[in-house]
Amino acid sequence: MDSGLSEDPVALKILIAGGFGVGKTTLVGSISEIKPLRTEEVLSDRGIGVDDLDGVEAKTTTTVAMDFGRITIREGLVVYLFGTPGQERFWFMWDELSYGALGAVVIADTRRLTDCFPSVDYFEQRGTPFVVAVNCFDGADQHSVDDVRIALDLDTDVPVLLCDVRRRTSAKEVMVTLVEHSLRTLTTAG
Amino acid sequence: MTEPAQWLDEDAGPIVRPYALIRGRTRSSGKMLDLIATVSAIGDPPDGLGPEQQLILRVACEPITVADLAVELDLPIGVVRVLLGDLLEGGLISVKSPSAARPRANEGILKEVINGLRAL
Repeated sequence: MDSGLSEDPVALKILIAGGFGVGKTTLVGSISEIKPLRTEEVLSDRGIGVDDLDGVEAKTTTTVAMDFGRITIREGLVVYLFGTPGQERFWFMWDELSYGALGAVVIADTRRLTDCFPSVDYFEQRGTPFVVAVNCFDGADQHSVDDVRIALDLDTDVPVLLCDVRRRTSAKEVMVTLVEHSLRTLTTAG
Repeated sequence: MTEPAQWLDEDAGPIVRPYALIRGRTRSSGKMLDLIATVSAIGDPPDGLGPEQQLILRVACEPITVADLAVELDLPIGVVRVLLGDLLEGGLISVKSPSAARPRANEGILKEVINGLRAL
């Protein structure tokens, strides 16, 4: 217990990861109050395969919007959502973003499941609690949760759930599942 | 013949480019500030502060996170970090990093978050 600090505002950070076009922006918009946060790095996925600028990151300094939203639980307790940049040259951004994060949502698209491998690997290695939310796009096969778990080779304790990120109730379920998982991780560890 | 596109007033972008505000620097001299670190203004602002720094001190009279501050100021996060680095060096703000103090939040808070999310 941290007595005496209870009056300080508490800010918690949740990361939203997954491949390009998988629904990160939509999820943040469904559940939170979106804020226009700009960053000076190129964080979009537009350059994938075109601009492999290994070692010359300083060249790319376009200002772009970053997925950012906030959920006010009560006055003095706010959950911040940050979309993670998709390009591999921005791993340094991931380190900074994931530091102290409560957990992460990895959004998966069954048509392009490999797109979320890097995110899954990253959070496994960092020991950041995460859930996999399988976004059920129109026309996408409704792979069973178990199939996705096997395909991603996930530990049995990692929650996997089907969702529709456009729907607020579904987005809510994803967030609740994540925080419950973080809580379990916390109580098991401590 | 169509007129060539013209950028007028605000369409042309800010008169002072963001990086001119921080004299071309892209990195703060101090430690990288967490996006959800809480900033509070302390002490009396001296004369000669830039308008953006004065604005930060006004906005941060109540504790505010670095990310929210960037939204308030409508400036890129990197620019805000450099400005905050200067203010920190000058002893005009205090910064509390939630990540360092409380890596994963405590049980009571997480339960409150779960209930709060369900009630949305």
